[in-house]
Order: sequence, then C-alpha cells, then structure tokens
Amino acid sequence: MSQEQILSSDGIPLEESLKKAERKNKLKAVLLVAPLFLFILIIYVFPIGDMLFRSVDDRMITKMLPKTFNAMENWDGKDLPDEEVYKGLYDDLTYLKKNKTYGKIIARLNYEKSGFSSLIKKTVRKINKFEEGNYKKQFIKVHKRWGKNEYLVALKNTAPNWSYAKYLKGMDRKFDQDRNIIQVEEDRRIHKILWLRTLNVAFWVTIFCFVLAYPISHLLATLPMKYSNLLMICVLLPFWTSLLVRTSSWMVLLQQQGPINDLIVWIGLAADDNRPELMYNVIGTFVAMTQILLPFMVLPLYSVMKTISPSLMRAGKSLGGTPLVSFVKIYFPLTIPGIGAGCLLVFILAIGYYITPALVGGASGSLISNTIAYHMKSSLDWAFASALGTMLLVGVLAIYWVYNKLVGIDNIKLG
Amino acid sequence: MALPNHTPLNYRIWHYTYLTFCGLVFFFLIAPLFVILPLSFNAEQYIHFSAKMLALDPEGFSLRWYEDMIYGTKNPWGLATKNSLVIAFFATIGSTILGTVAALGLSSRHMPYKAAFMALLISPMIVPLIISGTAIFFFMAKVGLAATHTGIILSHIILGTPFVVITVTATLTGFDHSVTRAAASLGSNPVNTFMKITLPLIMPGVISGALFAFVTSFDEVVVVLFLAGLENTTIPIQMWVGLREQLSPTIMAVATCLIVMSTLILVSAELLRRRSERLRGINT
Repeated sequence: MSQEQILSSDGIPLEESLKKAERKNKLKAVLLVAPLFLFILIIYVFPIGDMLFRSVDDRMITKMLPKTFNAMENWDGKDLPDEEVYKGLYDDLTYLKKNKTYGKIIARLNYEKSGFSSLIKKTVRKINKFEEGNYKKQFIKVHKRWGKNEYLVALKNTAPNWSYAKYLKGMDRKFDQDRNIIQVEEDRRIHKILWLRTLNVAFWVTIFCFVLAYPISHLLATLPMKYSNLLMICVLLPFWTSLLVRTSSWMVLLQQQGPINDLIVWIGLAADDNRPELMYNVIGTFVAMTQILLPFMVLPLYSVMKTISPSLMRAGKSLGGTPLVSFVKIYFPLTIPGIGAGCLLVFILAIGYYITPALVGGASGSLISNTIAYHMKSSLDWAFASALGTMLLVGVLAIYWVYNKLVGIDNIKLG
Repeated sequence: MALPNHTPLNYRIWHYTYLTFCGLVFFFLIAPLFVILPLSFNAEQYIHFSAKMLALDPEGFSLRWYEDMIYGTKNPWGLATKNSLVIAFFATIGSTILGTVAALGLSSRHMPYKAAFMALLISPMIVPLIISGTAIFFFMAKVGLAATHTGIILSHIILGTPFVVITVTATLTGFDHSVTRAAASLGSNPVNTFMKITLPLIMPGVISGALFAFVTSFDEVVVVLFLAGLENTTIPIQMWVGLREQLSPTIMAVATCLIVMSTLILVSAELLRRRSERLRGINT
C-alpha cells in the first residue's frame, strides 16, 4: 500500500524536517553543557590523569645517569660489568657532583636497595681523586660494594621508565633482587594497617550514622510540619556550619579538661587524676566523624520516608500485623533506596576524610588521606602520594559506580 | 505525639524509648555547636567553663577575644576574611554561571549520553578532596597558578559546580516547557525568553545552588592547604593552623561568627526552598 508523503509547509518531507529540528535541539543542549564539560576536563580530569602518570613515572634516575644506563644495555647481569659501565658511572657522578644534584638519586637508589646511600655518598666524596683509566678497579677500591654484583643489578633494575613499585609500596610489598614481589619486613608493614583502619572507620561510622539517623528521620517524616520544621534545624544547622567549627567544638568537648571528661569524673566512672584520653586517638575520630556526617544520612532517608504514605502501616495493622511485623514487612523495605543512598554517601565521604582525623585522630586515628597529605607536604614523595591517591580513587569510583547503579546519580537530593 | 488512652503498656514503653532516643540524637547533633558560644565570651585564657562563668557572674564574661580577633597585633583574621570573601565571591559567580548553563543543557530531553555527562560533572563532589587537592595542585604548579588567588578560585569553581548542577536540574524537573514555547510563539528570541521567562522561574534553584557553592568555597580547606601561599591565607586555613597549635579563645570567637553566618545561610536556603516549591506548584 503506497502512502503519500507528508510535506511540511515549505515543501520538505515532514520526517526530514523533524529530524533536522531534533538535530538542532541536540546541538543546542550539547553546546550548553560544553563550557562546563571543557572546564572540568582541563582543570580536573587531565590533572587526575597527570596524577596517575606521576605514580608510575620513574624516568628521573634514567635521566640523571644516562651514560651508565647506556653502557649497561649490553650487560647481562650475570658477572660484574665491564669497564665501560664504570666509565659511564664515573662521568655521570662527576657531572652530578658538579651540579650538586646527587641527593635525588641517593633517595631513589636506597629505596631500591638499602646500602646505596653510604655507597654513593662515599663515592661522590672521593670521585675527584679518580685517575683516568681503569675505573672499575678504582670504584671497587673506594667501596667494596661496587664489586658486588647485587648492587649493580639493583642499579640496572631502576632503568625502566615506568614502574609500579609505588603501588607495591602502598600494599607493603616490594621487589627483591630478582624482581620477585615480596612482603616488606614485618615492622615496616604500616600501609596495610592504614588501609584496614580507613575501611574500618568508614564502615563503623556508616553503621553508627545509620543507627542514629533512622529513628530521627522517621520522626521528622511523621511529625506534623510545624514540629518537624523546628527539629529539622537541628539537622540542617550542623550541615551548613563550617567543618572546622564543628571539629573545633569536638576538640573542646573531648579534651582532657573538657565537659565530657568532667561529666565522667562527676559520675564517678574515672578518677580526676586519671581522666581517659578521648581525643588524639581512634575514639575521637569515630565520635566527631559520626556527628559531622550524620546529616548526610538523615537527608536522603528523610526524603524517602516522606513519600511513604502512613495509610500503608495502618493497612498492615488492620490486616492483623503487629507493629513490628508491619514495620519489617512494609515500612523497612520501602526505605531501602534511602538507606542505600545514605550509607553509600556517608561511606564515600568517610573513606576520604582528612581534616577531622588530622585534628582529633592523633597517630592511632589517622587515615589513609592523612598519609597522602604527609607525603605531599612533608616527605615530598609525590609519586607515592599519587599512587596512594590513585588506589583510593579506584576504590571510591567503584563505590560511586555501585551507587549509580543502585540509586542513580541524578537522584541525589540536597536539603 | 500523644498516645491514645487504650495503648498497651509495652507499646507505651517502646514509644517513649523511641522518643528519648530521638531526643538524644538531636542533642548530639546540635549541642556541640552551642558549647562554643559561651566559651568565646570567656574572660580567662582557658578553653573551659570557669567557676565565675558557671555562676553567671558578669565578671566571668568579656568581649576581649572578639577584640583580639579584630584589633589583635599581627593578627591574620583581617587578611584571611578578605581573601575568603574575594575567593568565595568569584568562585560562586563562576560556579553559578557554568553550572546553570550546563544544567539547562542536561535537562533538555535532546541531550545525548545524559547519565554519563551528569556522572562526570558531579564527580568533583564524590572524589575525596585530598585526591582533588593533590591533582589540582600538580596542575596549578605546572601552569604557574599555585599560590595565586586565580588558582584557588578556579579550583573552587570545580568543587562548587556540582551543587549548582544538582539544585538547578532539580528545579528544572518540574519546569513547564510550554511557557517558553509560548514566549517563542509570541516572537521572543531565545536569549530574551531565557532572561524574562526561564531564569525568574528557576531563580530559587539557582540561588540555592549559589549558596551551596559559596559555602563550599568559604569552608574549603584541603585544596587551599595545598595551593595557598602566605598571601592567600583564608579563614579555614587560619583556623586549621590555630587548631593544630592549641585551642585559643580567639578561635572560639571566630567560630561563633561562623555559626551566626551559617544560621543566616540556613534561614535563606530554607526560605528559598519553600518559595521554589510554591513556584513549582508543589503543595506542602
């Protein structure tokens, strides 16, 4: 059956002109999003990519000892290398000594194999006295470690431009002599403790927030408007108040001479001269973070509970269910989207928390983000900070992905 | 929430336990903020309630820490306040414009890959600040914007836009597009339609997004810690430095001012939310 083509007023088939209009609208929408998209791409996404790049970038040492590595290319690593390698090493170290930049390679090499620090320092000190020719012998004379194959193999192992050694360090592992991955010595396994503590704190803070937030969200959702608006202030005022103000109020409350300790002494739970330490440990981190993150649990729960009709519970009761049964079978399942949103939000925020643990956590309450900040600002091991940041980022993005699947990211509500 | 007379005893006990528990949680939420207020008026130099204060003796109270905050020698709060306001002002403007325009595009039903774009544009809110701070610091150092106001403002725009995008998109979900079509049919050009029709209608969402962006920038400390030099110090940075050294009553005075400010912001955000719901015809 043939169908007559419908034309629009200007004689173009309707279908075509509709498509054209659609294309135009699509282009308009994309153009509106484009400025922010480009802005975030350049100032946010690229820098994060750069951070990933830094975490595996190991070109520094290759650049600083170019002749040595050039000479090492033909060396199989089984016996001591030829004169050529030592000649390259001599040239490179002389150059570095002249520019006073050998400090960087000491740190890098000593990380690869301990003992390099004194080896390089001693060699650099005596390198001016070297005579032309037969460098191998002179190097070994300065320090006998230059005659041990293991040190030269370790040096050769630093040659590749890319290395995931920083990630291994973040997992308390390292390469041994033969490039096998082994655990570091028992007393240096600090990062595993930190990761576990971070997960532990984030998990328990989420649980605490949930237990505290569920009843009050229910109360807020069921009370008449004029009371609930008043109580809502208790949730929203902390939400809008500066994080540092809230943290400092916890520092006031938890200090040794603070009100909470006064109360504990007054009740008689502890002697006045033996006040418990509530701050600068994991207790402080737990208490302060729970209070600070609580609004992020209440708000999504409240907005879900608000939509649940009270007649559902009444229906449950009229059909003979006890309040407990009606709650478990009717109310609770309906709140699950809110629970999912609140828990994931609090967990994501808690896992990357920095300010509060740094101020009230002390050494035993500090989290992985504090370690990242330490390597950024104090130890200046930016590559390691980047690697830890990347590991944390991967974790958070995985949770974000789950969140998006379960709740949908455009369902986030604020206030 | 009075219970009917015939309520059995065990329900009664259960109900009052529930109310008591809720009361304690509300207390836990709000009480810490109120500890700071009296301490900022302390006449003594210590951060605890002196005997005179507990006896409500007027001599136990003074305004000396407020004086110290404003007139104190070598005191950083003046510069910090100025910097915080300047940075937050420009960051708010930037976030609001970029975020609103993007939200308009994202709310269009013609937008392709909507969910993916939304996820990307909101990501600065989800990614831990310590990671954003690290990455942005590397970038700003590379382009020579570390320790400048511009660098801090640009990074705060990044952190503030997700809030604007979320609030404006939420306002646009209830938006009746026939009004813009009506304007177009009456011969208005798109810019005119936006300025005279769309913008006034989504204004509550825009302003509440702007408030979020302002607070985010004004309160932000992690990224500024990485980026700021001595010249760029802000109020949160000074509080952070002060808290790391020791708790001083001057910090309590600053904190009190900040609490007053957040109360004002809360009130305006709440008024805006109600106005927005009224405009969108949602009855509450």
